[in-house]
Amino acid sequence: MSVLVDKNTRVLVQGITGGAGSFHAGQCIAYGTKIVAGCTPNRGGETFEAKGPDGSPVKVPVFDTTAEAVKQTGAEVSCIFVPALGAADAIVEAIDAGCRLVICITEGIPVMDMIRVRRVLETSSARLIGPNCPGIITPGACKIGIMPGHIHRTGRFGVVSRSGTLTYEAVGQLTALGMGQSTCIGIGGDPVGGMDFIDCLRLFNDDPDTDGVIMIGEIGGNAEERAAAFIQENMKKPVAGFIAGTTAPPGKRMGHAGAIISGGKGTAADKIRALEAAGVRVAPSPAEMGVTLKAML
Amino acid sequence: MKIHEYQGKQIFARYGIPIPKGIPVFSPEEAQKAAQKLIDETDSPVVVVKAQIHAGGRGKGGGVKVVKDGAAAAGKVAASLLGMQLVTHQTGPEGQKVQRLYVEQGLDIARELYLGMVVDREKRRIAVMASTEGGVEIEHVAATTPEKILTEHVDPVLGLGGYQARKLAYGLGLGAGSPKPKETIAQFVKILASLTTLFEKEDCSLCEINPLIVTRTGDVIALDAKLNFDDNASDRHREWAELMDKDEEDPVELEAKGAGLSYVSLDGDIGCLVNGAGLAMATMDIIQHAGGRPANFLDVGGGATREQVTKAFKMILSSSKVRGIFVNIFGGIMKCDVIAEGVVAATRELGLKVPLVVRLEGTNVERGKEILNASGLAIQPADNMLDGARKIVAAVKAA
Repeated sequence: MSVLVDKNTRVLVQGITGGAGSFHAGQCIAYGTKIVAGCTPNRGGETFEAKGPDGSPVKVPVFDTTAEAVKQTGAEVSCIFVPALGAADAIVEAIDAGCRLVICITEGIPVMDMIRVRRVLETSSARLIGPNCPGIITPGACKIGIMPGHIHRTGRFGVVSRSGTLTYEAVGQLTALGMGQSTCIGIGGDPVGGMDFIDCLRLFNDDPDTDGVIMIGEIGGNAEERAAAFIQENMKKPVAGFIAGTTAPPGKRMGHAGAIISGGKGTAADKIRALEAAGVRVAPSPAEMGVTLKAML
Repeated sequence: MKIHEYQGKQIFARYGIPIPKGIPVFSPEEAQKAAQKLIDETDSPVVVVKAQIHAGGRGKGGGVKVVKDGAAAAGKVAASLLGMQLVTHQTGPEGQKVQRLYVEQGLDIARELYLGMVVDREKRRIAVMASTEGGVEIEHVAATTPEKILTEHVDPVLGLGGYQARKLAYGLGLGAGSPKPKETIAQFVKILASLTTLFEKEDCSLCEINPLIVTRTGDVIALDAKLNFDDNASDRHREWAELMDKDEEDPVELEAKGAGLSYVSLDGDIGCLVNGAGLAMATMDIIQHAGGRPANFLDVGGGATREQVTKAFKMILSSSKVRGIFVNIFGGIMKCDVIAEGVVAATRELGLKVPLVVRLEGTNVERGKEILNASGLAIQPADNMLDGARKIVAAVKAA
């Protein structure tokens, strides 16, 4: 078992004919993900070709609209590689087409666009992961996104993170310790996005095949503090944490649009304090995320 | 991205938000001329000379001067402000050099209010904040008397409701003391509607008017304008390029931005080159954890080319404060061989005079290591990021 995606998940890729979209769609197919449709306006009728895990050819039909793609192929999850200024429209298109889960990899979407997308999500049962995120993977079954598949192992530990490369770091450490992963979710580094820590922790808490979680936060906002309150109230499984940006200066955007300490709020120290008070063990350095979780078992 | 007060006010004017008459100037002579023009036009001898720097707290720092005795005096004040290092609670101890001024008409102020808009990350909406405590640091008000800040959230479909604006107006007791209370409240409501539209259309990340004033005649006017823009929206705002004041930006950060890199200068001595913002921050943290101090935040991103990596590494190599370099890569999309090629190319051009520790992991790691080995460079390899941090800290201390 796992959360949100498994080996039967039928995936649509919006922007499949672009540079990033075609490369990563190919990588996902090679991992074994069931990519059943692609969507690029004015490219409907074309076929995207890639190779499956055993090297056999896989042909993916491309459609002009996601509505058509969903109707023709039964795709239920969409992964978006559309350029930033068109990405919010692509997310809403996927929701409107009836996708239950939308994963937006695109970086650099204006926050005003994402505020409007959130308004649409409020009236829908669809979930959004991202934007500006690596995606989601259930090792051995389904990889939707840009994470390197080979570092993962099947197993029973969840990872949820605001940072892409730090997710890989945590996964690498878990795998090296012989601790496989149930599902890993990169929720992205933007100030306004889809699923937050609480949404993901709730899923891991309810998943009978997840035994513990690594949660990776960073400076900016108060999502980690809110997650701490949720963990204290609800979480039945051990959670190990890490917060990036202890040494970040205030007022500077540290790469991610959301990673900024403003008005003295959103510091790593505040977040670490809140998480530790809620029973989360926070790794003293990013090299110790795996061993910190292991010590809690 | 930040802009100056006078630029913000020019945008306010486009949206019909009332501002005092004012003229931006770059020299004492221009200031004197501008002051004379304002004195003639407004029939009042009072002008205000305001230093234009991006940091807040200019008044307290001595960057805003009221001049009551004529245009020549305004010119003298301008001469004293131009070129000074203005220190405020937002600039840091070295301050920011004043190179532009704004000369503005003086107004008869009855009340000073605070009005601000930000993106509320928790509510995922624009938050409109108003307070009776205008003219002072709003951070201080938020910390000591948070009940004095009134907040309304903007529905992105409906916009700010008129009732929400009125709630704020009544909450501020806006009619009290005004000779025309109904008109004062109506003006405030109109300003709020315009400002919300401006915030959305111009892709702002922050808008503050501190103070928003009510004059003795009961008129509501924006005496200040602070606008920050969402960098992610720059592709649909070509006009921002002209609004940018390069003197206010860190030249190294600007250079990095031009090369598609994300770079922030810090005050330590260990340069870092990392892929991914989270890992880059964590690398700074682990250097400190190991007893060292990072010189920069540098994220080469997920899809950097060999040229970008070369550029990034050259920026670190050419920084005089750097006494050691730590390259920390967990390649997902970023391929380790591309990083290795960039590091070697940059070093070939500029030479390597400081210790270099490299930790490579992920895609094409073997090829990356081969390239580094074949280069003959004095590189210390690291097994993981903690090992790497310890090695570079030790090497810098030994040097």
